[in-house]
Amino acid sequence: MTTLDAKVPAGPIQDKWTNHRFDMKLVNPANKRKYEIIIIGTGLAGASAAATLGELGYNVKVFTYHDSPRRAHSIAAQGGINAAKNYTNDGDSIYRLFYDTVKGGDYRSREANVYRLAEVSNEIIDQCTAQGVPFAREYGGLLDNRSFGGAQVSRTFYARGQTGQQLLLGAYQALARQVSLGNVKLFNRSEMLEVVLHEGRAVGVVVRDLINGEISSHSAHAVVLATGGYCNVFFLSTMAMACNTTAIWRAHRKGAFFANPSYTQIHPTCIPVHDEFQSKLTLMSESLRNDGRIWVPIDPDDTRAANDIPESERDYYLERIYPSFGNLAPRDVSSRAAMRMIDENRGVGPLKNGVYLDFSDAINRLGKDVIEARYGNLFEMYERITDEDPYDVPMRIYPAPHYSMGGLWVDYNLMTNVPGLYAIGEANFSDHGANRLGASALMQGLADGYFVLPYTIADYLADWLNVKPVPTDHEVFKEAEQEVDGRLKQLLSINGTRTVDSFHRELGKIMIEYCGLARSKPGLEKALAEIPALRDEFWKNVRVTGTEDNYNSELQKAGRVADFFELAELMCRDALEREESCGGHFRVEHQTEEGEAKRDDVDQAHVSAWEWKGFNVPQAHHKEPLEFENVALAQRSYK
Amino acid sequence: MDLTLKVWRQDGPGKPGEFREYEAKGISPDSSFLEMLDVVNERLVEAGDVPIEFDHDCREGICGTCGVMINGHPHGDQKGTATCQLHMRKFNDGDRIVIEPWRATGMPVMRDLIVDRSPLDRIIEAGGYISVNTGGAPDANLIPVPKPAAESSMDAAACIGCAACIAACPNSAGQLFTSAKLAHLNLLPQGQPERYARTIAMVETMEEFFGSCTNHGECEEACPKSISIDNIALMNRDYIVAKFKDRRKAGQR
Amino acid sequence: MTTTGRRQDTKPARRVPWIIEFYRSDVAKKWIMALSGVILLGYIAAHMLGNMKVYFGPEEINHYGEALRELGGDLVPKTHLLWIMRIGLTAAFAIHIHAAYSLTRTNLKARGRVRYDVPREYLAANYASRTMRWSGVIVLFFVLFHLADLTWGTTNPDFIRGDVYNNLIASFERVPVAALYIVANLALGLHILHGVWSLFQSVGANNEVYNKWRRYLAWGFTAVIVLGNLSFPIAVQLGIIS
Repeated sequence: MTTLDAKVPAGPIQDKWTNHRFDMKLVNPANKRKYEIIIIGTGLAGASAAATLGELGYNVKVFTYHDSPRRAHSIAAQGGINAAKNYTNDGDSIYRLFYDTVKGGDYRSREANVYRLAEVSNEIIDQCTAQGVPFAREYGGLLDNRSFGGAQVSRTFYARGQTGQQLLLGAYQALARQVSLGNVKLFNRSEMLEVVLHEGRAVGVVVRDLINGEISSHSAHAVVLATGGYCNVFFLSTMAMACNTTAIWRAHRKGAFFANPSYTQIHPTCIPVHDEFQSKLTLMSESLRNDGRIWVPIDPDDTRAANDIPESERDYYLERIYPSFGNLAPRDVSSRAAMRMIDENRGVGPLKNGVYLDFSDAINRLGKDVIEARYGNLFEMYERITDEDPYDVPMRIYPAPHYSMGGLWVDYNLMTNVPGLYAIGEANFSDHGANRLGASALMQGLADGYFVLPYTIADYLADWLNVKPVPTDHEVFKEAEQEVDGRLKQLLSINGTRTVDSFHRELGKIMIEYCGLARSKPGLEKALAEIPALRDEFWKNVRVTGTEDNYNSELQKAGRVADFFELAELMCRDALEREESCGGHFRVEHQTEEGEAKRDDVDQAHVSAWEWKGFNVPQAHHKEPLEFENVALAQRSYK
Repeated sequence: MDLTLKVWRQDGPGKPGEFREYEAKGISPDSSFLEMLDVVNERLVEAGDVPIEFDHDCREGICGTCGVMINGHPHGDQKGTATCQLHMRKFNDGDRIVIEPWRATGMPVMRDLIVDRSPLDRIIEAGGYISVNTGGAPDANLIPVPKPAAESSMDAAACIGCAACIAACPNSAGQLFTSAKLAHLNLLPQGQPERYARTIAMVETMEEFFGSCTNHGECEEACPKSISIDNIALMNRDYIVAKFKDRRKAGQR
Repeated sequence: MTTTGRRQDTKPARRVPWIIEFYRSDVAKKWIMALSGVILLGYIAAHMLGNMKVYFGPEEINHYGEALRELGGDLVPKTHLLWIMRIGLTAAFAIHIHAAYSLTRTNLKARGRVRYDVPREYLAANYASRTMRWSGVIVLFFVLFHLADLTWGTTNPDFIRGDVYNNLIASFERVPVAALYIVANLALGLHILHGVWSLFQSVGANNEVYNKWRRYLAWGFTAVIVLGNLSFPIAVQLGIIS
């Protein structure tokens, strides 16, 4: 076990980023065009990084497996984006945003990164507004804010229930501008399948054209992975169907450390599962908890319709247990509370797998029009899916996997331990600790892409001036191409009896059961026995139809699920190793008498980073100790 | 519920295609349309066949990746709904459903139900942005935007770029998409400096790929976000003004 | 799949006169169609109103015909102003047709050869909007016949130059001609029903407050024109004027 160095600059936390920006090497404007940078992914982080690096003058190649950069899953974020503007005059500051985020992350994030995030949050709002993101406005024409879970100030900027969409369109438009200027070359419907290393540093990637199956290599001075999160390991999650771990997993297999894989966030407000064939869970924005009240019937055997249950027989459990935050308790806290209600058999709905989110008080207080203006599109979406009108009957919600705080380990410069390989946005592990606060994901993606990576990457690139990228006919690329091709051929040749989805579904069930909201030693050990067995069956018995040289969604899925197996194993091992409960990671062995998470700040205040040691060989465990110089470690309390 | 599907199958770009029929038995009425296709596909794979390829991703009606012609209606006949948000309870047991890809010369079929929508990206690249480099922005509240303008801009910006408008149009015109993107930026104060240059660039790029508007209004009906054809009127006016205006002397506004 | 930016593969700036470059755009063509449409609509309205003089007897209408030739009074030579108007009208008519023809070709090309298997069930497009091409062609042929019939007299054996009243009655007394006028005016009605609404879209006159009035105006205008125009052949056939 080695101790990792995060290269956090010295000095007081307020000055670290400023000083670091001065200390880093620069690439002069005329030299920037001598550099090639590859970016994988066009979500908020990828698109904003590609646009910004293009503006600076670098030659950027950006890859997405979608037909257009605008389809990345950042688009589905609903609620908003945090910033420490203090426009509402309620006492917000950079320091408070920093403090809330560290606390919200259950003291398992790197202080310096979080402070930097809070610091640039204001610039993000300025940048996005200038790009024409139609944020919600007050009548005076100034920006409106709303409150969000885990915070006692209103600091969330929003564009109806489509904030992610509007921010992504802003970044996409900035990217489109650079594409039109020729600074960025865009490859759509291209999936990255391998990271290529030469002499220990990242020099390029191998991608597959999804339309004609062609495999090609691309070389560069640096490779940036902005490929999002891996919650689809649970099969049912709120992530888009194509979200996967392949890019970061390939990088992990090439030596990049994977940090805190077990930190996954279960979002409290999703629409409950309805049947076996369901492919995807749908999120209802957390912002709904601003006006909705969460409750279950007091009597577990209550079979009455929601509106027939009198006030006195309802248990508004969040308001009861956490009086000061109430319905706005952070995500991990309210998810676990909902889980407890369902475990007590007090769940609602036909499968008794939900809790009520009731708007009748808000509608009575503010009127239906106000509620419609605030949440109209969400209510409509709910109605489409469930065939129930949330204006009349309370919504039914249930926690679902939603965000992965874990990801590739990166240092303060967002570089992985592999020189030249960067990970930004949800693909890295850095800013959210063990639990992400609402409206912070958009903030982090854009912070990394617009304001952090463009500075820090120059520090690395400066050393490679006038060194040409490794040519793509070099043997390292040829070998990687053969490896990719061999793997695809292998998947196609198994020709077993089970579909890719049937394996994925089974894997998901194991993961949600043993590595979901609550984890236990025996459960995780069971999972660690079942997953490799299922993986072995997959490699013997999966059936992938179609050919390699054509659009083949089964082949795409098969490659992704194969990587999910390996990730799943690592998640369970990480969860097993972390002998504490913190944020999204809840070990039943470590809880207070009231059932709250119990951290171990003596032995567990570290980042777990895992090093690949080979197929079917347990990863090596490395630690990055977390030091808290500015925030006092405390039992998180939202009571 | 049991259904019969008649689906367009095509092996690749420029290859000939044909309709094939599939039985979809035992479908849950609570499934979404795409989940129904998942079930059919899983059975096809089990039978050793190649599944029906279709574009899809978020399944929340926001990414705009999905979209097929369902019984002659883009995204099916439920108003304001993307294919992924259409649920099988809107169909009846025993229904025969014809599923076709979007059809337009500008959007050729790539595979089965997948079409090439990259012309939409070309339209954006022509000018669908505000030219502001990272880092140069003033404080956000220095740019007040009247609430009604912000609201109508947002109405237009809600476009998910699914191309149902083009699929629905008897002329395969891209006007609703282009005008929505234009209205999003042209209605905001930040969008004024490039307003007319943007309009000319985007309209003329659009015309390289798509047909012209004859004001039928089919696009608005098909749009999963119910974007109004009022945006098209705004685009037409801005285009004409742009062509007649001396932008050097008069400024952009 | 690689994609490239627009600006790299854009053709060099077009070196053609401004007006031609302008006219190359489909949006501009629609604008020109709207403007020429307004001219034609104005003419149609004036034509219908002027013809109302037929109900006041032969002198009135014949005098009206003469007055048109003497338009401009003593300021311009006789018939010159009328000819200027005729040329303007013909130009508007010609460009309206050319733009329509050219846009139709663009649209057919944009739509491609492969059509949807399921016949479209139109939700917003109405009969008028979908039949613009056909109603337009009918109106074109009708106008040619109408000129031959009542201006040049080639299809009217009883044509007497300058005797508007007589020519009109002589023409409309023939049942097939009256029927033709009725059918053609119904086609014209369909055409302007969509045209009047549509031109507001094409020029971008658009305001939530008065948008609904665009439909009302289209219906009202069409009703007045069609009823007025239909009244002439019907009145002759019924013997109200003879």
